[in-house]
Amino acid sequence: MERILKFTLNGRPRIDAVPDNVLLLDYLREMIGLTGTKTGCDGGECGACTVLVDDHPRLSCLTLAATVAGRRVDTVESLGHDGRLSAVQRGFHEKLGSQCGYCTPGFIMASVGLLRRNPQPSDDDIREALGSNICRCTGYVKIIEAVKHAAALGREGVAP
Amino acid sequence: MSEAVPAHNIGDYVPLVDGPEKVSGRARYTADIAVEPGTLAGRIYRSPYAHAEIVAVDVSEALKLPGVRAIVTGAECDRTFGVLPIARSEHPLARDKVRYKGEPVAAVAAVDDDTAKAALALIKMTVRELPAYFTAREAMAPHAVPLHAKKPGNLERDVFFELGNVEQAFADADLVREETYNCAEVCQNQMEMHAAIASYDAVRDRMTVHASTQVPYYVHLMLSQVLAMDMSKIRVVKPHVGGGFGCRTETLNVELIAALLARKAKGSVRLVVNREETFITHRGRPETDIRLKIGMQKNGRIAGVECECIQRGGAHSGYGIVTILYSGSMLYAIYDLKHVRYIGKRVLTNTPPCGAFRGHGTVDVRFAFESLLDQMAAELGLDPLMVRRANYLPAPGATPTFTENDLMVASYGLPECIDWVERQSGWRERKSKRANVAHNGPVRKGLGFACSHYISGASKPVNWTGEPHATVKIKLDFDGSVVVLSGAADIGQGSTTILAQTVAEVLGLDLSRIRVITGDSEVVPKDNGSYSSRVTFMVGNAAIDAARNLKAVLIAAAARKLETKPDDVECLGELYRAGAQDKGLTFNEVVMEALKDTGTITVTGNYSTIPASHGGNKYRGAAIGGTMGYSYSAQVVEVSVDDETGVVTVDKVWVAHDCGKALNRLSVEGQVQGSVWMGMGQAMSEEVAYHDGLMVTANMLDYRVPTIQDSPPIEVGIVESNDPNGPFGAKEAGEGSLAAFLPALTNAIADAIGVRFNDLPVTPDRVFAAIEKQRRRGNGR
Repeated sequence: MERILKFTLNGRPRIDAVPDNVLLLDYLREMIGLTGTKTGCDGGECGACTVLVDDHPRLSCLTLAATVAGRRVDTVESLGHDGRLSAVQRGFHEKLGSQCGYCTPGFIMASVGLLRRNPQPSDDDIREALGSNICRCTGYVKIIEAVKHAAALGREGVAP
Repeated sequence: MSEAVPAHNIGDYVPLVDGPEKVSGRARYTADIAVEPGTLAGRIYRSPYAHAEIVAVDVSEALKLPGVRAIVTGAECDRTFGVLPIARSEHPLARDKVRYKGEPVAAVAAVDDDTAKAALALIKMTVRELPAYFTAREAMAPHAVPLHAKKPGNLERDVFFELGNVEQAFADADLVREETYNCAEVCQNQMEMHAAIASYDAVRDRMTVHASTQVPYYVHLMLSQVLAMDMSKIRVVKPHVGGGFGCRTETLNVELIAALLARKAKGSVRLVVNREETFITHRGRPETDIRLKIGMQKNGRIAGVECECIQRGGAHSGYGIVTILYSGSMLYAIYDLKHVRYIGKRVLTNTPPCGAFRGHGTVDVRFAFESLLDQMAAELGLDPLMVRRANYLPAPGATPTFTENDLMVASYGLPECIDWVERQSGWRERKSKRANVAHNGPVRKGLGFACSHYISGASKPVNWTGEPHATVKIKLDFDGSVVVLSGAADIGQGSTTILAQTVAEVLGLDLSRIRVITGDSEVVPKDNGSYSSRVTFMVGNAAIDAARNLKAVLIAAAARKLETKPDDVECLGELYRAGAQDKGLTFNEVVMEALKDTGTITVTGNYSTIPASHGGNKYRGAAIGGTMGYSYSAQVVEVSVDDETGVVTVDKVWVAHDCGKALNRLSVEGQVQGSVWMGMGQAMSEEVAYHDGLMVTANMLDYRVPTIQDSPPIEVGIVESNDPNGPFGAKEAGEGSLAAFLPALTNAIADAIGVRFNDLPVTPDRVFAAIEKQRRRGNGR
């Protein structure tokens, strides 16, 4: 069964016909071609598919596309302004929070979600917010530094 | 007069040159690549049997399903592949026999993934089952059915060597101890699952394969081999790769199956392997049983070593011969050992094949060795650091030090590493304090220490063709951008950035002048691949050679234009001048002059290892372990053990890594932290488990890598021993620190609760059981 899905994607209104059972992850990657959001596991175990739905981090592999009707969805492609990297993007780039980069979009969106609700998080806040995201390259040390750097950039007015 | 200076970057904290793509979602990994319309979806049918003779694979019903375009089975491919030229025994699709649950048997290409999946369900396989062996012991038992006809007794390789006189050494030792250790099988669990896109151009009989691989060159060789297709008709492209750690350091069945399907369908096939299948494709670290005996003098000097190592290798050879050899040869090159006996057995079993996992062959043996050293130190009342210091190799000087098995050690920063962690962790003070602290409450703290080391690439390459070990080319044209062409495979370790850095440094240019092109066999020179930490050392040296050749071309052109001799020309990066008073020429002016000679400038740089580094020949396989430079690592791990729950928390790790010279301090820190943490996963929570040969941990909940909540602060000390042969003195930084964590952890736990764990992983239930046992026996402190 198909239905008409109306929602806001990366700040712009979108209307599509989608099957009832298509996952938000597959809709974004395969139907729209936004491949920044990654598939890392067989469902719900790694966080690589994290996007924001109404500013809340959600696993798009466990979310049916149909359920975001009327909501705001943000993927990694929504970040940055005027061609410049956002605060979180700069944090992960400048502090080597990203090595192979595969987990990076998921971590970035979870971090953006954190900073939008808590602009100056403690280390414990960061660990809790990123507890559902797996990285196999960094050991997480520089990921925490990346988010703290983003928070510092936030104090200078750079958006997450 | 403005003072022009060349740009420098070596030793800085340099963000990766491809970082912006990764953080914006623009970096394309294989599964992200936009495929042309009409590209088929590929799926693999996998054996549900652990060991069986194939009677028939019936795909007739599957072929009838609307939307199915091609199916391939083992019947259509009789050629074998494998990463070692002497051990090519694997078929891309099982032929005659299946040897592990999950082994690919057939593959389907269909118009979409749902159809491909539905087709799998229609494939029928009939077999004659054989006895299956899931442990090394079972597989080696007399009368066990061989998995491979050429390997009776299921021994892929049997290694034995003895150097010196071990029995005499034990007889002369003040203390001799023997222990056994077991390290569970572990998987790389890199974040990107395997994927390949194969496109067959039937008009031109050409094959293009995009693959998530660490070794595009090996993939190219094996595609040619398996497809019986001339290499010149094949193109291999490596996009961004989401981690490797050795799981893709050999050609996988994935890319071969994609190509077979594409050729049969006469089109393009996208084969994306899911997480469960990625686990089953495996190529991780084998389960290893170690029996280790060390003889030690009262002063801590190691008198003799006997090590027996049995690896449960899985169903195919892969890297197995090399893995079991590293376990023996790398006993050396960290401490001064004279008398060593090594017995190694690489066993074939009906489980997914293991491969080369970060630290290849060295990790489990190092765990055993550093644990036993610690245990014996305690028994002799010696400080563990002092025991290491009593066994240092003679320091290399104007000439390298050679070990008993002829391994060349040209730089040796282990002493500085040990000094650093001792200082930073406050080892001495904390150890003496805690001896007097009463145990209060359920949480007991402990401090543990260990060392490890690794090679910077194998000096003798896997495919011995007589070519240089690394080749880099540089192109410079009218636009003034320096384009570096290399086959080096960046898998997240930052090799592309190292290429840019080394070339920029030699030319005195800012990194923004440099472009790096990698990963397309049609365009770039071939590189052997990203494994055994060869890339910075070998490709870095080749890049420096190329940049120096380019600099000579530019200086010659500047000399001509300035009407002076090349020796009088100063290269300051963006400025070339003949003396401080000369206005000089800009970089672009020099380029325009240089173009007049040859048009577009292209230069080559090469690197080859020296024969002295190729290891020895005192026993069969003694070349394994030979390298131009060893990295060294020392670690102190602090733990808290809750004796009411058995939960072990790693509070902090101090790690010093001798990388020769940190070309990129940011990358070195990141790689050392990542490898220490990966060691932590293996030590504390990761374990591949099977039920009747079926992998039951083939997902990321059951196979537990640590989350950010489980992970400690890791403080990195960079030690620079300035290797005489490394690029700007550099050695590897990505693998050497993994192994030391394992024994440092168990040494810390022993310090905390007086229980020594010889089996890994040390999970809370096992700790709890040991504490309870200790309580029942009244041994609690």
